[in-house]
This record gives sequence, structure tokens and C-alpha cells, in this order.
Amino acid sequence: VNGIHDMGGMDGFGRVVVERGEPVFHARWEARVFGMSLLVRPPNAPSIDARRHAIERLDPARYLTLGYYGRWLERLERGLVESGLLGEGEVEAQIAGRPLAATRPAALPPRPPAPPHPFVRAVERAPAFRAGDGVRTRNHQPPGHTRLPGYARARRGAVVRVYPACVLPDTNAHGRGECPEYVYAVRFEGRELWGDAAEPGTCVHVDLFESYLEPGRAA
Amino acid sequence: VSESHPRADLALRAEALEKLLVDKGLLDPAAVDAIVRHYEQDVGPLNGAKVVARAWVDPEYRRRLLADGTAAIAELGFGGPQGEYMVVVENTPRVHNVVVCTLCSCYPWPVLGLPPAWYKDPAYRSRIVREPRAVLAEMGLALDPQVEVRVWDSSSEVRYLVLPERPARSEALSEEHLRALVTRDAMIGVAVVPPPRDG
Repeated sequence: VNGIHDMGGMDGFGRVVVERGEPVFHARWEARVFGMSLLVRPPNAPSIDARRHAIERLDPARYLTLGYYGRWLERLERGLVESGLLGEGEVEAQIAGRPLAATRPAALPPRPPAPPHPFVRAVERAPAFRAGDGVRTRNHQPPGHTRLPGYARARRGAVVRVYPACVLPDTNAHGRGECPEYVYAVRFEGRELWGDAAEPGTCVHVDLFESYLEPGRAA
Repeated sequence: VSESHPRADLALRAEALEKLLVDKGLLDPAAVDAIVRHYEQDVGPLNGAKVVARAWVDPEYRRRLLADGTAAIAELGFGGPQGEYMVVVENTPRVHNVVVCTLCSCYPWPVLGLPPAWYKDPAYRSRIVREPRAVLAEMGLALDPQVEVRVWDSSSEVRYLVLPERPARSEALSEEHLRALVTRDAMIGVAVVPPPRDG
């Protein structure tokens, strides 16, 4: 999805503001939301890919104003409502001191047994590319989740590292299977990505799934 | 709901949500306490500093770390969520590495803890890929133009850790003293490790 989350190369966000002596959490609610999010996994988003996509589906203006843990809170609340574990308006009613109804117990479905590795998968085929190969990224703009950043679409680069086959976020986020693919660290020269605006002597490495790539000549 | 006080609103919402989840039997608040305690007290950049200092004093460990980051980091007892496939990239006099996640805020929790706010903010995520030298200079790291800057965008589940250069005048320091020099920012790649202060 071409969303607000895909920020690489955007202008207008100003300077990087560094806070000295920053605490791990800035407020108690942030810590509670972090812990709750690790423990309560709404059934409609059973994977990390689906949970990332849930953040990407937030209203773009809210994405920018909620802050990091605010986004996590909204994702958790929405996931619980969409999964039927929380009623629409139930949080507001609780805040107002007028709980909607006698709280009914609910249950999360049992978590499936963990695979031997959270995302690396064994596949029969060999990687399509080797370190040193030139590649070109596809102009891949799916309506759903993807991990090909917008700034790296339809660009020429060179494979520098070949990683094991991993669960494909594009399908797994939508419950369409793990469809594991090899992942490659692909080096893009600054000029290929940013044209005249590129700083000299800079490059960006992006980790890309095999189906994002086609053979090409490195820039 | 006032948009002008979003943080206060979020605190109320989080509190109400936790109460509802506990009442529904979906959440044990003590389990939240344990997770918060773990990330506030047990995990942080000191873990990464141990890895870096070991690599500086032990060439054989450094070789293993660069060849298989996950396994070498596990030798020191670190691993788990957001550190399941670790890759360590090495700074040299000619190459400077810096890590970002432009799409969300992926970060190697087992070795660095949870990310600082600036790492998650739009300014860093949008700019470091396009103008890394300018951003690093703003953050206090002016690199020689001859040094190549390599940005690593964490777009898969691979998590990156920068192995900073061992600073000058640190030859006589013990591994323990070296650890104390290593900063979180140097392991993200927005700083270098400064030489030890005299004395």
C-alpha cells in the first residue's frame, strides 16, 4: 500500500530531534501498551506482517499525530474490535465511567505452535541471484502489504548479501500463506535513488524478497 | 475527545483498554509488568557494548561476529524477539555504516533495547536514506567526504548492528573499560566511539 508509513526520501519533517537521557518509556501508558501488544494478539492479525499492515491501515493524519505507541494502542484497539473481542465504543464508555454492559468473559484462540524459526524457512530451490549480480526492482505497488519501499521501486542495484528464504510479508500479512522467498541485501547507489539530489559517496542497502527483483545491470 | 491533548487521551484509552482486557480474562496485568521490567531493566545498549568490546579484543570472535552475527551474539547470551537474524556491519577508515527502518521502526532489541524516539520519528526515517551526510552532521558526526556512507534500511526481518571502529588511544584498556566507551548511537551508526578521555 502506498501509505504514509513509507517515509524514505520524503521532505518536510525537519531536523532529527535527539532527547538527552531519554527514558525507555516516556509515560506509564506507553509501557502498558507495549506489554499489552506483546501479550494480546487479536485473531485478525496473527502475524508480525499482519500487525505491521494494521499500522499502515491507520488514517494517515492519525499515523503522524499518534506517535509510536499511540499507533500501537490504536492498532490493538481496532484489532480487538474487528475480531469481536471488544465492542464498538466500549473503550469510550469505560473512560466515561459508564461501562456498556456486564463484561462478558472472552477468550483468545490458542496460539499455534511456534515453528522452528520465526521467519526463516527451508525451500528446495536455489537462490535466483548471487552476490555481485545486478538486479532491477519491479515497479511493485500492491494494494496490500509489501516491504519494497517506494523509493527503491524500479531502480537498479547490486546484490551484496544473500539471506535464507523467509516468510513473504506480501502474502502472509493477508493470510495468503507464507510463500517463503530468498531475501537479498541490495545496494543502490545514492544517485540511482535520488538523482541530482544525491550526496556523493552514499548508498542505501535494502533487504528485498526475490519476487521484488528481476535480473538487470547494476547502476 | 480532544485532539489538542492527544497524549492525555491516549493515557486514558490505554488505562481503559487494560481494565477491559483484564475484566474479560484476556490479560494478566502481572505479565505486562514483567515485560515492562525486562525492557526497562534487563535489555539495553550495554548488551551490544559487550559484543563490540569482545570483537575489539578478540580477533577470532570478531571474525565469527561478522560471519554469523546471530550465533556470535548468542555466545554472549543475547537473542530473542527482533534479534533472530542478526547481521553485523563493520566500520573502517573508509566506510561508515548507519541503520534505519524507513517503513516502520525495526531495531535489534536484544542488543540495543527499545529504540529511542528519534529513530522512530519521521525526520530520521525520511531523511537518513536521502541525505545521510547532512543528517549525521546535524547529529554531531561530520564525516570526511572520502568516507563512503552505507545506509542499511531494515526492510526484512534481518536486524543490523554496526561494529564501530575501536578508538585511538584505547590499546591499553581492558575489555570491561572498552565496553564503557561504546554508545548506543555508535552501534546504530549515528556516532563514532570517541577516544578515552585522558587520565
